[in-house]
Amino acid sequence: MEIFLTYLKVFAVGGAICMLGQILINRTEMTSARILVTFLLLGLVLEITGAFKYMEEFAKAGVTIPIMGFGASLARGALAGVQEEGLLGAITGGMKAVSGGLTSAIFFGFMFAIIFKSKTKKI
Amino acid sequence: MEKEKYLELVKQTIPKSSLWKTLLPAFIVGGLICCVGQVVSDVTKLIIPDIDKLSLGSVTSIIMIFLGSFFTGLGLYDKLGHYAGGGSIIPITGFANSIVSPAMEYNREGVVFGICAKMFTIAGPIIVFGIVSSVLVGVVGLFL
Repeated sequence: MEIFLTYLKVFAVGGAICMLGQILINRTEMTSARILVTFLLLGLVLEITGAFKYMEEFAKAGVTIPIMGFGASLARGALAGVQEEGLLGAITGGMKAVSGGLTSAIFFGFMFAIIFKSKTKKI
Repeated sequence: MEKEKYLELVKQTIPKSSLWKTLLPAFIVGGLICCVGQVVSDVTKLIIPDIDKLSLGSVTSIIMIFLGSFFTGLGLYDKLGHYAGGGSIIPITGFANSIVSPAMEYNREGVVFGICAKMFTIAGPIIVFGIVSSVLVGVVGLFL
């Protein structure tokens, strides 16, 4: 029962965030790059204000899987880096925190683009 | 007169129905992708019980990015995005999709100017904004 409730929260919050993105798309006709940047910065701000920690406790992957989680990790890494190494940490901390995700995105992106030959795009 | 009335009726009805037609799939698909992320995280935790929280987050996003890239490669993710809109863009799998999709599309222009240059058409701004803002946050954090 406990696990069912967790997944319900993840589904509801994650879905609501994506729906918010869809509302932005409908209302402003923003391109996907702008939408992603907006949510990244939103996650960054939420992390700085301390709200993200509580949202993460409540909805777990519901807030970390959306791109907001990426922004929050960047801010958290930068602030942790500052406490450890000062100015150097401010520069290296953010990327250290997201290095796994960013590296895998570029690596898999390159590999799959080579493996899967381009098909004519429908839609 | 008839025409104007008709056009007004169209204006009133079209946005509402299309709003629900786009919001509901975005909600359901986005929620499901987040649930997949939670499953990945929970299973990783089962396999490696003493993993710390930061590494667990990294492993989860690496696996999700792998899945997003893979299904983009198969051509399925873009089909999903046609129906789900924001539901497939906002999750981290959408970030992976935004890298693989243009890279595949410009494959024929060569490895350097096709794949390597074009894979950042959408992801580039995100990475730049992310890095710049994280440094700014860090520098401000120095004085707090």
